Amino acid sequence: MISADLNIILPEIVLAVFALLGLLAAVYTNKDGAAGVLVWLTAALMVLLAGWVAMSGDGSTNIAFHGMFIDDGFARFAKVAILLSAAAVLVMSKSYMSLRGLLRFEYPMLVALAVVGMMMMVSAGDLMALYMGLELQSLALYVVASLRRDSVKSTEAGLKYFVLGALSSGLLLYGASLVYGYAGTTLFAGIITTAQTGGTSLGLLFGLVFLISGLAFKVSAVPFHMWTPDVYEGAPTPIAAFFATAPKMAAMALFARVMHDAFGQIVSDWSQIVALLSLLSMFLGGIAAIGQTNIKRLMAFSSIAHMGYALMGLAAGTAFGVQAMLVYMAIYVTMNLGTFAFILLMQKDGAPITDITSLHMYAKAAPGRALAMLVLLFSLAGVPPMLGFFGKFYVLRAAYDAGMTWLAVAGVIASVIGAYYYLRIVFYMYFGEERSESLDNQNGGVLTVVLMASALIMVVGVANMFGVESMAAAAAASLVN
Amino acid sequence: MDTHLLSIITFVPAFAALILAVFLRGDDAAAGRNAKWLAFITTTVTFVISLFVLFEFDPSNTDFQFVDEADWLLGLKYRLGVDGISILFVMLTTFMMPLVIAASWNVEHRVKEYMIAFLLLETLMLGVFMALDLVLFYLFFEAGLIPMFLIIGIWGGKERIYASFKFFLYTFLGSVLMLVAMVAMFTEAGTTCIGGCEVSLLTHNFASDNFELLGIQIIGGMQTLMFLAFFASFAVKMPMWPVHTWLPDAHVQAPTAGSVVLAAILLKMGGYGFLRFSLPMFPVGAEVMTPLILWMSAIAIVYTSLVALVQQDMKKLIAYSSVAHMGFVTMGIFAGNQQGVDGAIFQMISHGFISGALFLSVGVIYDRMHTRDIDAYGGLVNRMPAYALVFMFFTMANVGLPGTSGFVGEFLTLMGTFQVNTWVAAVATTGVIFSAAYALWLYRRVVMGDLIKESLKAITDLTSRERWIIAPLVAMTLILGVYPALVLDMIGPSVTALVENYDMALEAADTAVQTADASH
Repeated sequence: MISADLNIILPEIVLAVFALLGLLAAVYTNKDGAAGVLVWLTAALMVLLAGWVAMSGDGSTNIAFHGMFIDDGFARFAKVAILLSAAAVLVMSKSYMSLRGLLRFEYPMLVALAVVGMMMMVSAGDLMALYMGLELQSLALYVVASLRRDSVKSTEAGLKYFVLGALSSGLLLYGASLVYGYAGTTLFAGIITTAQTGGTSLGLLFGLVFLISGLAFKVSAVPFHMWTPDVYEGAPTPIAAFFATAPKMAAMALFARVMHDAFGQIVSDWSQIVALLSLLSMFLGGIAAIGQTNIKRLMAFSSIAHMGYALMGLAAGTAFGVQAMLVYMAIYVTMNLGTFAFILLMQKDGAPITDITSLHMYAKAAPGRALAMLVLLFSLAGVPPMLGFFGKFYVLRAAYDAGMTWLAVAGVIASVIGAYYYLRIVFYMYFGEERSESLDNQNGGVLTVVLMASALIMVVGVANMFGVESMAAAAAASLVN
Repeated sequence: MDTHLLSIITFVPAFAALILAVFLRGDDAAAGRNAKWLAFITTTVTFVISLFVLFEFDPSNTDFQFVDEADWLLGLKYRLGVDGISILFVMLTTFMMPLVIAASWNVEHRVKEYMIAFLLLETLMLGVFMALDLVLFYLFFEAGLIPMFLIIGIWGGKERIYASFKFFLYTFLGSVLMLVAMVAMFTEAGTTCIGGCEVSLLTHNFASDNFELLGIQIIGGMQTLMFLAFFASFAVKMPMWPVHTWLPDAHVQAPTAGSVVLAAILLKMGGYGFLRFSLPMFPVGAEVMTPLILWMSAIAIVYTSLVALVQQDMKKLIAYSSVAHMGFVTMGIFAGNQQGVDGAIFQMISHGFISGALFLSVGVIYDRMHTRDIDAYGGLVNRMPAYALVFMFFTMANVGLPGTSGFVGEFLTLMGTFQVNTWVAAVATTGVIFSAAYALWLYRRVVMGDLIKESLKAITDLTSRERWIIAPLVAMTLILGVYPALVLDMIGPSVTALVENYDMALEAADTAVQTADASH
């Protein structure tokens, strides 16, 4: 029995053991000297695990530890996305971190532990397992946010993230305790039988609302978004890139998991809350980003808006809605990896620059990179023929099918507002004035590769989305039935 | 007929753009010259291939022809095809593009990117006219904004930033509502196939029962709402009064070739959209909105003609005149009868040649004097006799002189409208007089009189390149003016089918309403 359970959870165990061994090994060797190797090793292991997770299971649903841990198509889809994006971020961050003396051996290990937490989150079948995964992820993230110990902003970012994160964990726990009190169990499978339409107690609904508040904090949906811009700005850029990708995917998948696995019978009760979160996020993300000149803050607001669109899929409360959300998140993560690769390339005399006005006529200095960024920006704005448009098309369709035409209309109007600030970056890169001093045109290596690959995916993916569509459909079907 | 001809036509320019982007290196004059030649040859080849389609095309068959189909995401289809209505727009595009490239021969600033932008734009424009899948149509329709945004923003005039942002956001806002309506159509009809499939949108009957929304009675129900969503997009694109204000800015700031593409082809997407979607798919919605649209068109014709009268900038004047001419198009389309729709299509094609030629003519003197201010000119006839002749010809064509193609379109649309709404036709006719006023006054101030301005003393007449660019346009304007059957025979059967279906759908809706009333 136990061995079968352990078998199911083996990918998580492998990564956790690797992280602990890495910590041990680094302590006994020359510490930070091995960090560079560790980064590569961790990334390679994550890619391998992603392949393993993708191959295993062949569509079946495996349950371990009496329902605490669920390994189904949905979890596997999310895990592959998390592992691959985390690996990409690690690889992207190496040169940036080592140049600034931030490449400590703890960094890849913390990321690996955060990823273990995320894998736990998306597979959670129980409120306890959920909280465990969430906290493992959050604690690791608090530390990496303040990795630059001597910088006030980075410390502030870490502290802010920690305080607000603790608050949200508190909300979540309170919700969980209410749910436990009124449902009599922490297992999702048990909650769903209690939470039937019509027969839902008020206490359970209260618990649901608190749970949603806690989860909304993790996906940084308005009005629980306040930490996002500050943390993105304060944290070292590669860390911000990490925040924008893997944890968002994990939190969104967890959100869907809790809503459908535990409260799938009372869709109408939570879909309105989620729809409101979605509406507020789309508009606030779009409007607040207009005034930003710091590209990291701008991307923070952009990610808030994007979470709004992903939540639109979730708000539909249907299998197609979940599929739309997964497709949207997969596209979002790919776009953000490329965009952050570009931001990491923005340097002058070796120092990182985050002011978008420094991009004046970047198209002249580095036409290839500017073109790739142009593609990504239009994709982020959801302008066809880029893949970003299809993400929007999916969630719009999900919302319309679920009878939420008002949300779809609001969403497209918000996307026009959002288009403005993406265009503003295009404006600096292409229409700006010539300046004598421009950004460094160093050989970006991995960063250039990620940037170009991401842009290429946005264009070529239009043909068939590399099969992600059908995978997401299978994943959604395994969650909602 | 299994053929990939349309896909080839569509993607040859994009392929050439890819070659330019990947293989052409360097910033020097030689690289620029290579880029120009490659772009010119590509667009010419595209035109020649499209001629094959034109000759093979069977006008008497009202189905979609040369259909090219493949599976795509989400149950969507990649599907291209042409019928009697779209083929002429395809031809207009492939015909104008070599001229546009040739007109850009003196561009020296980032030539490679310029040519890439125009080649991509051609692919996207052709895609719009050929797409037989709703989402594919939207894809091409919206994607066209990107190269045009860059063309205005990078190679435009002084206020280019403002104009490019206004252009992009204005048209983007218009079309996102259409996107929601498309999603709704996809769900309601279960398909995104526009026409020619087992289940297609053109034959689907969208619900038209009245219902109440937020306390307002919606006559025509779903159809009216969808019609309005599409209308928001096409009216901006067209552009119709009062959402035309982006056009003068965009025209004035765009480089000459950009203005030509904008006036000759991009504006036609709105009219094409009305014919392909609004009229046949939402007949009840269209009928509900018809009186409003007819009056909006009449106002557009008179009002923008008056505005054109007081312009100081030549390009702005022609831009306003374009809005007025597009007013005839919307008027003709929503007259909903054979003459009206025939005339609207004819007017669009002819306006493509005439306005394109007018912008080219402005470009000719702008290249020499670097100003578009009307007061900076005068008496050009003394130094530029050939130019004076050409400009005269197109001014007259713009006014709608019989014998030029401008006349046929205006006459047919007025005739069609007269049968539906006499007052609108009467008001619109006064617009013709105003258009004569501003066009002739412009001509007098720029070309006639004595050449007294010092700066103009050394101006030179048309170069042979300019002559070669303008000659085909003169020829087309004359041929279509004298022998309009060339176009009308082509579109005739398809338009007849369109109008018949429209009338039948309205009758069916009327009977449905009557039986519902009787049963109450």
